[in-house]
Amino acid sequence: MLSFILRRLLISIPTLLLVSVMVFLLLKLLPGDPALALAGQEPDPEVIEFIRAKYGLDQPLPVQYVTWLGGILQGDFGTSIRTRLPIGEMIAERLPVTLQLSLQAMVIALLIGIPAGVVAAIKRGTFIDYTVSLIGLGGLSIPSFWLGIMLILFFAVSLGWLPSGGYVSFVESPIDNLRYTLLPSLVLGTAAAAIVMRHTRSSMISVLKQDFIRTARAKGLKENIVVIRHALRNGLIPVVTTSTLHLGELLSGAVLTEQVFGIPGFGKMIVDGVFSRDYAVVQAVVMCSAVIFILLSLIADIAYVILSPRLRS
Amino acid sequence: MSDTAAPLAAPRAARKSGIRRALSHPSTIIGGTLVLFFCLVAIFAPLIAPFDPTASNWGLVRQAPSAAHWFGTDDLGRDVLSRVIYGARASLAAGIIAVAIAIALGVPLGLIAGYFGGIVDMVISRITDALLAVPFLVLAIALAAFLGASLQNAMIAIGVSATPIFIRLTRGQVLSIRNEDYVTAVRALGVRDRHIIMSHILPNVLAPIVVQGTITMAVAVLAEASLAFLGLGQRPPAPSWGSMLDISRQFLTEAPWMSVWPGVAIIAVVLGFNLLGDGLNDTLTPQQDGD
Repeated sequence: MLSFILRRLLISIPTLLLVSVMVFLLLKLLPGDPALALAGQEPDPEVIEFIRAKYGLDQPLPVQYVTWLGGILQGDFGTSIRTRLPIGEMIAERLPVTLQLSLQAMVIALLIGIPAGVVAAIKRGTFIDYTVSLIGLGGLSIPSFWLGIMLILFFAVSLGWLPSGGYVSFVESPIDNLRYTLLPSLVLGTAAAAIVMRHTRSSMISVLKQDFIRTARAKGLKENIVVIRHALRNGLIPVVTTSTLHLGELLSGAVLTEQVFGIPGFGKMIVDGVFSRDYAVVQAVVMCSAVIFILLSLIADIAYVILSPRLRS
Repeated sequence: MSDTAAPLAAPRAARKSGIRRALSHPSTIIGGTLVLFFCLVAIFAPLIAPFDPTASNWGLVRQAPSAAHWFGTDDLGRDVLSRVIYGARASLAAGIIAVAIAIALGVPLGLIAGYFGGIVDMVISRITDALLAVPFLVLAIALAAFLGASLQNAMIAIGVSATPIFIRLTRGQVLSIRNEDYVTAVRALGVRDRHIIMSHILPNVLAPIVVQGTITMAVAVLAEASLAFLGLGQRPPAPSWGSMLDISRQFLTEAPWMSVWPGVAIIAVVLGFNLLGDGLNDTLTPQQDGD
């Protein structure tokens, strides 16, 4: 098991290095001289030279890359030109917000997606199956920002039950935190629920065809027990893996959801970075999402090995 | 003559029945109708739209839906229905062109990686892995931001972000048939690699690419709307569903109708492509357990 984890970790190193090269080049290929941008209007040539030397912009590209990568490995992503804060600190502050949203969304997704998928699989080919499947496809087709706007319109503008946007941290007030994160989590959870539902359905359909299910039924076990204790246990294994991987996609979805609800999270960071031309922030967000995704796929692989006994040896 | 024609005719007949089966699948019919409807709306927008989508009218600012303006008017007094109709153009163009870019880049790279293997495969596959490690929308936002905000750049950004999906899919398909007897046979005959790839490999990996292409169009339409919503797509005043929704957020209490219809249109188009993709998947690709 340990050697499996180590091997998987080793494989992901070249991928991460490649991501870092691409992210680095993306910024370098930008038209415009960052030293000029930093020097302000009507800059002194000496000032420009000073900035170039200070930020290492006069060095050859490979040297600049190694310096940049060395910094990142120590958690130094540079400084945001908008907030003047170290980007590493900004990430450390904002990532937990998005993580909370994503986890709440995943809970919603599993609570809706798994039962719906199981029901659709058991009732395969019936009206119930078609309805659940169509709703699932609908969930995949709704733009998250529009769903967010509609929920704000209904729960905040019309009913006035929940705030239309903003954020309060859990430490400040757990209840307010929940009030502010409920709608965004629901938005994020909708598409995730649809994906969980589709995976559960197809996985359950293939498990229900297997011999051990027939054996369980032949033993005279109640259908409920066959479905829940025998089929679901096996059927959920791929669902766990895909859900873990999907947590990475939720980060992506958080970009729009946080924008709609004005939540100062990791996703909104990239949007703010784009609009204030704070490209070091954009770079850092892209790099971090890749690291998170690779970590999640590692966890998914490990979970798969732990959950399916056939692969354990 | 008939002896040689028979074996050739067989696969064609089989393919035809696959298409016929696809065309009679309810998902394909409903999805195809939705997509076709919006294509027609986009093409004939000037004939259908009751008003000029960009003409502002200060006397008609934020009017609720009425007989004259079915979907109401927006913050500049423009007819929302006409803007939704014209918005179909940006949306569908983005979906189709982005996927065309992704296929044009991804399929050849996947064919090369899968067919030749070795170091070429390793390089292409590692780059694909690296691109796939960045969440789709994050990559598209970063690329669109670096390219500059415009519909054209949004299409390029979405297309490039979707490319690794097609590289991986095509490569996998090629690997699964590369050592089939008929490929070995033509290779033994001394046929050139280029000809083998184009005439013997490509036709046999096309079905999953078509299915993936359709599903990716749904993703691309959503992505275009998302980029436009963030201000990274179609430039105003040209209408785009995503940017209409972005503006509507400022008037949720005064003009809620502004925020409803562009979203409904996005859902309809995306659902159309998703249904079409599901239907094609059920009928064109070999049935997998559980689908």
